[in-house]
Amino acid sequence: MRKLKEFVIEKLILFCGLASIFFVVLIFLFLLKEGLAVFKTVTPPQFLFGKSWYPISEPPHLGILPLILGSLMVTLGAALISIPIGVACAVYIAEVAPLKIKEILKSGIELLAAIPSVVLGFIGMVTLVPWIKSIFHLPTGLTALSGAVMLAFMAMPTIVSIAEDALYSVPKTYKEGALALGATHWQAIHRVILPAASSGIMAAVMLGIGRVIGETMAVMMITGNAAVIPHSILQPVRTLTATIAAEMGEAVVGSEHYFALFAVGIVLFVISFIVNVGADLFLHKKEQ
Amino acid sequence: MNDTTVTDSPASPALKLKKRSRDPVLTQRLAFAFLFLSTLLIIVPVGLIIVQKGLPGITWQFLSDIPRQGMRSGGIFPAILGTIYLVSGAIVFALPIGLLSAVYLSEYARGNFLTRLIKLAIVNLAGVPSVVYGLFGLALFVTFFKFGASILSGALTLGIMILPIIITASLEALESVPHSFREASRSLGASRWQTIRYVVLPNAISGIITGTILGLGRAAGETAPILFTVAAFYLPQLPGSIFDQVMALPYHLYVISTQVPNVDEKIRYGTALVLLAMVLFMNLAAVVIRCRFRKKKKW
Repeated sequence: MRKLKEFVIEKLILFCGLASIFFVVLIFLFLLKEGLAVFKTVTPPQFLFGKSWYPISEPPHLGILPLILGSLMVTLGAALISIPIGVACAVYIAEVAPLKIKEILKSGIELLAAIPSVVLGFIGMVTLVPWIKSIFHLPTGLTALSGAVMLAFMAMPTIVSIAEDALYSVPKTYKEGALALGATHWQAIHRVILPAASSGIMAAVMLGIGRVIGETMAVMMITGNAAVIPHSILQPVRTLTATIAAEMGEAVVGSEHYFALFAVGIVLFVISFIVNVGADLFLHKKEQ
Repeated sequence: MNDTTVTDSPASPALKLKKRSRDPVLTQRLAFAFLFLSTLLIIVPVGLIIVQKGLPGITWQFLSDIPRQGMRSGGIFPAILGTIYLVSGAIVFALPIGLLSAVYLSEYARGNFLTRLIKLAIVNLAGVPSVVYGLFGLALFVTFFKFGASILSGALTLGIMILPIIITASLEALESVPHSFREASRSLGASRWQTIRYVVLPNAISGIITGTILGLGRAAGETAPILFTVAAFYLPQLPGSIFDQVMALPYHLYVISTQVPNVDEKIRYGTALVLLAMVLFMNLAAVVIRCRFRKKKKW
């Protein structure tokens, strides 16, 4: 009887162990199931590189290039802001900060990571957007730049905590060797510790960017949502994620619009898959 | 590359340094100042703005009343309750699966290809954009299983979303239990499952609770996954069953700050403050539990 019970429990544990794989596959399958139907109306190149997104006009124009460019612009902007600051912060926490400050800062970073994106979007709306409007004398502050700044805040906790781990795991002997050769602390950081932790920092950057690409609510609230090809960072843009969130409520189930939004979901899923597998490879390189 | 700098040619980096920077001490000061400023910039309490402007709006009536006049006055009670329902549902679904999954990885899995695949799947699950979870929930729970837009659909979607958080945290907790504990238990004749049940799990419990609370916090704050699976725009009565729609705090904040014009500032900031406080409180609780446990640790 006991043996039977143990057998059942162990099988249950194995089953749950496989749950993650099961769910990833399930997500992908259901995105495919709903999304692939769009390719009855448009070909994949037309879909990916079409220059206009008018999903409810007749006939619908389902080109997601403006959305991809919107995502790209916001992501690049956020990366430019968050990578230097985030890595600098990680170095400060890992190498420079006194022990007490270090603990406080680490908890602070963790709390920052926990702030819901809709709250960050709200903060951006009431502070950043009016600032950008008045600084650049724009008709509206809802621009790609606002989105990039706010998203930088979301990427930074990820970048800081993973980069800090990577810096911390550099063997102490490296640093001691550098110091023994007469290098100052900063020289040791700059020339020895940072290069030694480079693959972990790369992974941190990739995961941070992954978070930015997938971010939905904040960008939807502060980037202005104009589905046109952007020419400057001071224009409203619409990202892939915001398109899904904003339009799915109105799309009729089974319409081309509905299928197209799921196809956008496939694109996002594939991007996040590549980013995460890439980051994972970097992290494992570090382990060897 | 790193090895060459440090071990193979120990003299060259130091020589190069001397030539380049005239005053290494000054460079170091400047660099540290920059590092410190960067750190401050990140930690600058964004929340201060919200606390300052939101606090006057928080009254008992605001917390316990239903929204009135098209959400322009009244309170946010249905949204708070809805979020609590959703979060509880998500955890009821995700905790058992997540915990057993972590048990598998820490106690049963060997270092083979399957284990690597599971870990990769967890990483990917953690990285899937939240709006894609929303699509998935819409396709699977709302449409395919015909649950409709309901608490059930929303809670399941959120549950799958927080699964990787719970697995990772529980796994870390289980792995930090020393191996000798397991060996001692097994040598006393306990079976594998008995060892897990009576030795490993009790010793890992605080780490598991921490992970669970972090998962709760994440589920409470997410908006995109509940957009199409459960969230109601405006629903002044309380839900009767798990097949009803509910309002939820994050979606309510989104609605009153972008979709409804002329909402009083007090209500918007107040809602943001309640949501922020809820999420940060859970995270603080997790941090406190972890710290207290670390001090108590006997091994």
